[in-house]
Amino acid sequence: MELFETLKLLTEAHGVSGREAGVRAVLLERVRGLCDEHTVDVMGDLICHRKGPGPRVMLSAPMDTAGVVISHIQPDGYLRFAAVGGLAARQLAGRTVRLANGMTGLIAVTPDKAGEDFTVSNLYLDVGAGGRGEAEHLVALGDTAAFHVPAEERWGRVLASGLSSRAPCAALLTAMEELSDSPNDLYFVFTAQSRTGLRGVKTAAYAVDPDYAVVVDATAADDVPEADHRGSCVLGAGAAVKVMDGAVICHPRAIALLDGLAARRGIPAQREVYKAGRSDAGAVYTTRVGVLTGGVSVPVRHLNNPAELVQLSDLRACADLIKAFAESELENV
Amino acid sequence: MTELVKTLCMLDGVSGFEDRVRDFIREQAEPFADSVREDAMGSLIVFKRGARRTGDRLLLAAHMDEVGLIVTEVTDEGYLRFRFVGGVDRRVAIGKPVLVGPEHIPGVIGMKAVHLVKAAERSSVPRVDELYIDIGAPSGEAARARVPLGSYAVFSGGCVEFGSGLLKAKALDDRIGCAVLLTLLKEPLPLDCTFAFTVQEEVGTRGAFGAAFSVTPQVALVLEGTTAADCATVPAHKRVCAPGKGPVIPFMDGGTVYDRGLYETLTGLCRTHGIPWQTKEYVSGGTDARTIQRTKAGVRAAGISAAVRYLHSPSSVADVGDLEPMLRLTRLFLNAMAGELEEDGYGAV
Repeated sequence: MELFETLKLLTEAHGVSGREAGVRAVLLERVRGLCDEHTVDVMGDLICHRKGPGPRVMLSAPMDTAGVVISHIQPDGYLRFAAVGGLAARQLAGRTVRLANGMTGLIAVTPDKAGEDFTVSNLYLDVGAGGRGEAEHLVALGDTAAFHVPAEERWGRVLASGLSSRAPCAALLTAMEELSDSPNDLYFVFTAQSRTGLRGVKTAAYAVDPDYAVVVDATAADDVPEADHRGSCVLGAGAAVKVMDGAVICHPRAIALLDGLAARRGIPAQREVYKAGRSDAGAVYTTRVGVLTGGVSVPVRHLNNPAELVQLSDLRACADLIKAFAESELENV
Repeated sequence: MTELVKTLCMLDGVSGFEDRVRDFIREQAEPFADSVREDAMGSLIVFKRGARRTGDRLLLAAHMDEVGLIVTEVTDEGYLRFRFVGGVDRRVAIGKPVLVGPEHIPGVIGMKAVHLVKAAERSSVPRVDELYIDIGAPSGEAARARVPLGSYAVFSGGCVEFGSGLLKAKALDDRIGCAVLLTLLKEPLPLDCTFAFTVQEEVGTRGAFGAAFSVTPQVALVLEGTTAADCATVPAHKRVCAPGKGPVIPFMDGGTVYDRGLYETLTGLCRTHGIPWQTKEYVSGGTDARTIQRTKAGVRAAGISAAVRYLHSPSSVADVGDLEPMLRLTRLFLNAMAGELEEDGYGAV
């Protein structure tokens, strides 16, 4: 499938941290036939195994997005909620969000707080319900909602909600689909609850017990006006080979392997040194006695905003680099 | 069970110093248990056979520790400087009586006199390093002789039943959970159960890590006390939960998205059996579940909590009427798990 089509499919699916059933179902449909077996673990991670004689290699991407979780239904039908995955109150106010059942609502600020500093507790979600009875007909406490801007492609770039996890998923899925023969024992893992603190990948990595791991994630593109230069990546410069982020300093051998593969295969690549943000790589690296861990990141503009932006050529480079790693001859560790 | 809760609340158990709670629970549990062990962190892990031999597959957990204070310095005048252990709102600590160390040396949390408080200071809360414990010692030397650095202190004050069925005590979080587990332990069980009485929950769910890692269950139920903010000034969507409205079954808190299937099992049991229940209508806090759930390849985790007002204060308040439904729901949960979990597990015997 075309990269853009894959992005469209994945960004349409619901999957706020802890409630990833929607996006997992879409991925399951696509990975069937691409692996020998697949399981869903307790945390909700989708673990796909493609058997091989060589070292165990785990390639993973987060599938959950940030959003909100409904925590209280008022007698007048308004919904109160908590932010999931690090969204700030100001990022939510005045936005529309979509629930897993497709229903859209508007997040508003209580009038007494408009114009002031407000918190998530000063926000409410209006889905048009006339009272608690109507609301409870369609919403239960614990249901989640996320931004929903449908994917659009222009000039080789894509704008959509949820790209910071779905673009890495698309890159991993594409690598999986295009993979030729591999000597390695491969695990493709789509992780849950990454945005709430790298929770899902922890149990997946323990179960897989890999020799090598490459975590595919997003990194903030630093090419926006008045950029704070906390990151080293820009849109259009290719796959970002992770050196470090807020949760990990990658293994030098993993960095060298990825750098080398990019150079040999002519895959456009840049280095990711990111002083904020935490990727699943941090949790994978410290699994059991330690895992030789690297990362490949998709540069994404406007992280955690209602819509995010990626460049398809970067995504293509990421898919190629992941595929190259999966196919490469790796020493036993 | 109310008397058991009171007895447990009166025991010292500041995080890292859970000895007295552990000793009591061990003594109570031993006659009914198939095995009892204490791990390196200090958690007490009790295994009891049930009708179905499901081995290690089910873990029930409650934490023994409570928030408190730890002495970090003795001044030359004989005052004790301290830090809080666990999350204590210092506004509720000022002026409160405490008991220092296992000898229970009485003291009071003091600060400078009101006539010395500057106008600007009146609108802010004093920092911890502006507070001290006064044990009435005449000199630094005298104080040091009685209180070694690193001594703990607990809030003092007894248990009081008041109003319509409310109970005030320190450490209701989580002696209520301990009491529910101890009560169950003394009953015939429908399946094998491992009971983990954990340490150091209040300082970051530390004890649960080793306990869950060594047991490696498939399903875990965490019994807790959770914050209730059902006070006059608080709007409904920030009240979290309320004492007297039954056990709190959380779908999510600050540390865990609870297993969806188990959440539905618990809420379904309440509906079928007419047990009052509530969920946490504000996402905050965290429990041992966050650590247990992410143990090894993952553990299905559920929670049942008692709603407690003024949590982590000297005077936390619960509704005695919530205890029995909590116990009943836990029993029903065990029955449900007995029908779900496989047999032939190797027990810890």
